[in-house]
Amino acid sequence: MATVQTYRAPLDDFRFILEVLGYDAIHALPGYEDYDLETVLSLLSQADTFCREVALPLNRVGDKHGVKYDPATASVTSPPGFPELFRKYVEAGLLSLGHPTEFGGGGAPHAVALFINEMITATNKSFSMCPGLTQGLIEAITHHGTDDQRARYLPKLIAGEWTGTMCLTEPQCGTDLGLLTTKAVPEGDRYRLTGTKIWITFGEHDYCDNIVHLVLARLPDAPAGIKGISVFIVPKVLEDGTRNGITCAGLEHKMGIHASPTCVMSLEGALGELVGEPHKGMKAMFTMMNVARLNVGLEGVALGEIAYQTAVAFAKDRRQGRAMDPEKRERGAAADNILVHPDVRRMLLEVRSTNEAMRSLAVFTALEIDRAAKATDPAERERGADLAALLTPVVKSFCTERGFQNTSECMQVLGGSGFTADWSIEQYLRDLRIAMIYEGTNHIQALDLVGRKLPADNGRSYKTFAGLVREAIDRNAGNAAIADLVTALRESFSTLNQLTEWLGSREVDGEVVGAVSSAYLNVFGLTALCHQWVLQAEVASKREGKFFETKLKNARYFAHHVLPRVDSLAKVVRAGKRHIMAFEADEF
Amino acid sequence: MKILVPLKRTADPDNANKIKIAPGGAKVVTDGLEPKPNPFDEYAVESALRLTENGTNPKARLAGDSVVVATFGAKEASQTLRQALAMGADSGLLFEASDENLDGDLVARALAKVVEREKPDLVVMGKQAVDGDSNQVGQILAERLGWPSATFAMSIELSQDKKSVIVGREVDGGVIKLKLALPAVITVDLRIVAPKSITNHVTPQTHNYQEGARYAPLPMIMAAKKKPLAEAPFASLGVEGVKTSYVKFEAPPARKAGIKVKDVPELVQRLRAEAKAL
Repeated sequence: MATVQTYRAPLDDFRFILEVLGYDAIHALPGYEDYDLETVLSLLSQADTFCREVALPLNRVGDKHGVKYDPATASVTSPPGFPELFRKYVEAGLLSLGHPTEFGGGGAPHAVALFINEMITATNKSFSMCPGLTQGLIEAITHHGTDDQRARYLPKLIAGEWTGTMCLTEPQCGTDLGLLTTKAVPEGDRYRLTGTKIWITFGEHDYCDNIVHLVLARLPDAPAGIKGISVFIVPKVLEDGTRNGITCAGLEHKMGIHASPTCVMSLEGALGELVGEPHKGMKAMFTMMNVARLNVGLEGVALGEIAYQTAVAFAKDRRQGRAMDPEKRERGAAADNILVHPDVRRMLLEVRSTNEAMRSLAVFTALEIDRAAKATDPAERERGADLAALLTPVVKSFCTERGFQNTSECMQVLGGSGFTADWSIEQYLRDLRIAMIYEGTNHIQALDLVGRKLPADNGRSYKTFAGLVREAIDRNAGNAAIADLVTALRESFSTLNQLTEWLGSREVDGEVVGAVSSAYLNVFGLTALCHQWVLQAEVASKREGKFFETKLKNARYFAHHVLPRVDSLAKVVRAGKRHIMAFEADEF
Repeated sequence: MKILVPLKRTADPDNANKIKIAPGGAKVVTDGLEPKPNPFDEYAVESALRLTENGTNPKARLAGDSVVVATFGAKEASQTLRQALAMGADSGLLFEASDENLDGDLVARALAKVVEREKPDLVVMGKQAVDGDSNQVGQILAERLGWPSATFAMSIELSQDKKSVIVGREVDGGVIKLKLALPAVITVDLRIVAPKSITNHVTPQTHNYQEGARYAPLPMIMAAKKKPLAEAPFASLGVEGVKTSYVKFEAPPARKAGIKVKDVPELVQRLRAEAKAL
């Protein structure tokens, strides 16, 4: 059977989310005047057409062919059609839309670019990695480069003439970047870099002529550990047209994202230029990583969405077994459509009720990034930056973990067919698995949330978030139509507050944080999702039409069937470290 | 050279199976279907753009050339015009009207008025709209204007002096080529958007266009917001009166199940005896 790949961007949901989250306030910010809601929707509709008609048909092709490495020339060959896809993606303006207008970008809000990322990730995740990393590099140079560096690199990157990478990982240094050994030795006003980098996404490819690598390395006088890391720009081809000493030494063979080359990069006296201050590299990396982490979180939403659409298409067609209720049995048919079965519905609703709220939370976070970037009132900017910093690890970790479960649940709807290549869900599952690992593993996100974000500025960002949740609860106290949702939020919010307070108390040491922060992040995530549902339900309860009725039903499924897991997770958090640390190493 | 492209918005043709007939057969109900540009009209926009630009990268409109898009429809139809502007058209004209008060003849008469005002050198339009499938507006318009016309165009070659076109028309059994002196009316068919179907003697002969109507690049969607789009009531064109009245709509009869034949001789026999197709 031919492979089934079905996708239509949920544009109605995009619109509704932007309306609920007060997009008008973002549109009013200086620089975003051109991006009114209707214009945004027409941009997204066009992007949807592109993703469905151009990117999606190559998704399976990429998975099957993979990327090929030629050791003789150290070059990488993409699956058929991928270099053209990149060119078309650039020509369609999808790469440049969210970047500064002064360097040739469209200047659109982050939230708009985020939806485009969702669509391209859903339809061709391997491919999406290339523009995704290029975006990350553009962010880094925009915020930390000099005017001269911005002028030399940004126009080419935004125009898609060059692409970007991030070179962090080394064989001995993954999560712990303090172990990094790549050296940078000054030479004139530049530096010579030597070392080996691994897992470099799109480190080498045939989409365009030049690749700009952002490389973490140590200067000769660098302090040991994480405080001695600097960031360098190392182009594949130098300004005079000669080949720089950075080459691809091989590719990894992976579970998924087969069309995305994961390269070993060898630096042998490669010429580079410093970005930002010496030894302050980690600061530059973090600005870039916030946006990148948000986008990785969205990968869970994106693949959960396409898997859900596939599962629904299958379920609507499939007949198996009879309805429990004789009234619901179709006369004359040997079997009923599987949507009569409560458990098939349960599986689909587990996915939908979480995915729509996760999307909403990711957009909420992106709008705060926009607020932080453009608001004229410093208090507004602070609020935006605080909320974005607090929620980014939640989005990255919760949405990828839940997105993976969701994609797996969609496979389950198809039964044996889901496990075959015919319906593509097996590819989505393989492609998505890495999202829980890269860009900071999910546990690193939990440590970031508990160890760094909660205590920062005396818990200011959590207070801001809690204030918004409390406002939503108070505002809807008299809204009888959604009273059950508000009650559910109030209860889970109270649990989250108690756990947050406990984590800040003296009895909680570093090991306890390590032991329970992942469970805590999930309590946070579920509560934040419920907050999004209450915001959506508040609007939906005042409107008429099928879309809004369905929204309310989804919110209710979430509040009554998904959210109660907060209670069991809270128990796990309170169990602390004792039963984890009780084991001796040789007992493993 | 100035080209006028009339556009119609139709209920999403990709979901045409979702239309319903109102009780009693009074009308076709398209509720819930997204309005989309008539595909043949999109091909007409693509053709007009190819005729008036240097197709090498980046595409640039030739000096003195312009493409004007016009529609008769509800206020929301301005979105359809904006889409055409985002593809590259230069300006748009919306004459507000309700589809129910229009027929092919009235549309053609109204278009003749638009032509009088805009004075294009060429009208390029879809051979038909995919909702009514009448296939008559282009022909009536040419007749009213007294202009030459070529229908079902699958290729257009603009002469170097821009005074005439050679149009390849799809006809039963092949392609017939007609030379038309401008101004003229051309209605286009599907194959007009093949990679080399349009020649304007500026875009190099070696250039291959992408198959189909072009995607509007996102920056062009932004730029299209600032392009001129004039709105006026349909009545301002000074034409009225529809000649068509609809008696009743019926859904086509449901398709009967097919049969399997065991071999070719049986197929031929049945085609002859039962289907009377041979």
